[in-house]
Amino acid sequence: MLKEFWDFLMNDFFITGDPLILGAQVSIGLSMVAIVIALSYFKKWRWLWTEWLTTVDHKKIGIMYVIAALLMLFRGGVDALLIRTQLAMPQLEFLHAGHYNAIFTTHGVIMILFMAMPLMFGLFNIVVPLQIGARDVAFPYLNSLSFWLFFFGAMLFNVSFVIGGSPDAGWLAYPPLSELSGSPGLGQDFYIWGIQISGIGSLASGINFVVTILKMRAPGMKLMQMPMFTWSVLSSSITIMFAFPILTVTLFLLFIDRYLGAHFFTLDGGGNPMMYINLIWMWGHPEVYIVILPAFGVFSDVVSAFSKKKLFGYKSMVFALMSISFFSFFTWLHHFFTMGSGADVNAFFAVTTMLIAIPTGVKVFNWLFTMFRGRITFSQPMLWTIAFIPCFVVGGMTGVMLSVAPADFQFHNSYFLIAHFHQVLIGGVVFGYFAGLYYWWPKMFGFKLHDGLGKWAFWLWNIGFYVCFMPQYALGLMGMTRRFNEYNFDLGWQPLNIVSTVGAFIMGLAFIFQVWQIAHSIKFLKKEKSGDAWGDGRTLEWSIPSPAPMYNFARLPEVSSSDEWWEEKQRRANGIKPKPLAPLEPIHMPKNSGIPFIMSVFFFIAGFGFVWHWTWMLVPGLIGVAVCMFARSFDYDTDYYIPVDEIERTEAALKGGH
Amino acid sequence: MGGPNTHGHGHDEHESHGSLKSYVIGFVLSIVLTILPLVVVLNDMMDRTPTLIFIMIMAILQFLVQLFFFMHLREEKKPRFNVMALIFGVVILITIIAGSIWIMTYNSVG
Repeated sequence: MLKEFWDFLMNDFFITGDPLILGAQVSIGLSMVAIVIALSYFKKWRWLWTEWLTTVDHKKIGIMYVIAALLMLFRGGVDALLIRTQLAMPQLEFLHAGHYNAIFTTHGVIMILFMAMPLMFGLFNIVVPLQIGARDVAFPYLNSLSFWLFFFGAMLFNVSFVIGGSPDAGWLAYPPLSELSGSPGLGQDFYIWGIQISGIGSLASGINFVVTILKMRAPGMKLMQMPMFTWSVLSSSITIMFAFPILTVTLFLLFIDRYLGAHFFTLDGGGNPMMYINLIWMWGHPEVYIVILPAFGVFSDVVSAFSKKKLFGYKSMVFALMSISFFSFFTWLHHFFTMGSGADVNAFFAVTTMLIAIPTGVKVFNWLFTMFRGRITFSQPMLWTIAFIPCFVVGGMTGVMLSVAPADFQFHNSYFLIAHFHQVLIGGVVFGYFAGLYYWWPKMFGFKLHDGLGKWAFWLWNIGFYVCFMPQYALGLMGMTRRFNEYNFDLGWQPLNIVSTVGAFIMGLAFIFQVWQIAHSIKFLKKEKSGDAWGDGRTLEWSIPSPAPMYNFARLPEVSSSDEWWEEKQRRANGIKPKPLAPLEPIHMPKNSGIPFIMSVFFFIAGFGFVWHWTWMLVPGLIGVAVCMFARSFDYDTDYYIPVDEIERTEAALKGGH
Repeated sequence: MGGPNTHGHGHDEHESHGSLKSYVIGFVLSIVLTILPLVVVLNDMMDRTPTLIFIMIMAILQFLVQLFFFMHLREEKKPRFNVMALIFGVVILITIIAGSIWIMTYNSVG
């Protein structure tokens, strides 16, 4: 009995026999032990539970999203370096084919769903309520649930690396390879459940931010006076609301195929794998706009703050954002021009794809004209913004090349495509979120990040990026296709591949510089006391102390124009006295709750049970989820008021720090 | 629109959420609309095409019942964000269905 259990653990449960994975298992085990010891030694368990795990405060949830995203960036980045090491030389035997498949699959899934998405939600959470003058999001409890569902979904996906086996059918898991016939292992089930659980969280966040922005703006703030980042969040959240259900349904059908033996996407029994490709890209294409739109919002706010000018073409920017989120639903077929849907289908989607480049072009001109004759400060966020523009223009142009359907038959699934989407995703999304992190970091933590180390990281990222991906365009045109784990000497791909690998490691070095930058800035902490850390803040988040008090605004601001804080500073400089302050009133706040965390743990248990086909585990998991919902439904003690004297004390303490 | 000023967690500004009677009517209607197609299919009461059309009609009626009895579409105050979201949702839905049919038809021919 005991021996059987041991055999199961060693042969089926844990992945054994690979030194790389063994190293990972040991280091995961050691770091878990270290965390438990540290929390116990410093007596921080209660602090962890009351301050973080149960919090419904959007600022803290945002910080947790950012931390999780940076950890995932590390894991996805290591995957990338492993891929590039394997490809550096012809016929290298660094990773065997199966391991290589698993690594490019997890690299893709983690970077998009568990790095870009949480980093994006982190910025949403930290910034949006402050920008619109609200005290929290519309549904703080749901917000906490969203985070924990994402977190445990991501953990379920990541655990497959050491337990049960990684998915290895590509980041979108095309059938028939992802069906039981092609992938009999557990990897695809971890893929399905990891993404499904975190997908519920993403959908809920999308709804949450749409309602927050539409319903909770400060008195007087019209839609057309919102900061551009808030607009971009609105357009991105609307897209989430309509795109994520498609993903959920598609993966659910795949799950039914695998779990119950249905035939939606199988080759026999009336199934059609091409339907999966059609469906998944109906989510997949809007998804890339979901992650890029908030980056456009960050650039808009940063460029206008550091050019000391109003954003050029505010209305056209709003129109561009909203039209992109609409048109993003009409271009999905360009991901599979080569599937053979006929010339008129291809022509239609080629044209819609070219159309969507127009609003993006409009935005580039708006940013350039905002800088034109502005007084530009080359702060860290501004550097990333300036680096983004040429990078994204080139990435966009190669995208338009790919949109030409006949030409796409040459580019399809080649390294030309790989270079294109990395250029828009790194040059656009990653640079954008870095700009946002550097810009709002003082608002989150009350100190700025070290400038010199940040510049090192900035230049290394940029140089590394071009060294890594420019050769890949050429490699693609030379015929190198994606997902090959090795190539022959005689193909002539060797020199460019070595260059590309060097570039990837330069980006890895850049990431180390950023970690160093954060550690250094914490050690030599220089507190930022004014609240308006850059001195150029234009929007409401800069009008309150850093980090913001729990209730954000002691008095809700009255808004009469876009860039309200900038206008207020102008009024004060011109000697116009601010309006007398209204008396403080008790502030209505949501109470912390442990249910989101516990419910997500039960989701994890249920998902794990589904993956292993363990009914004894999945049934209690699902019951736990239902009990949590039930408990919440009958919990009427969900809110409280902060009394006036406590607000006065907090405000006085914040002022005293000035 | 002028931004609503009160903090969204207040108890005093909740919109009407229907009565017990409307919920019961909606619940019964949606159950009936679910059972009818099931009965028709299980008993082979119609040919293939009429069955499909019948299921479609029941689905659309079900959709309307959900909207009016549970989503309270009629009772919304201006600006009617729910209606806007619904219209956009229908556009996306038609795109998904019509687009898939168009794409997949040519697939099986070509």
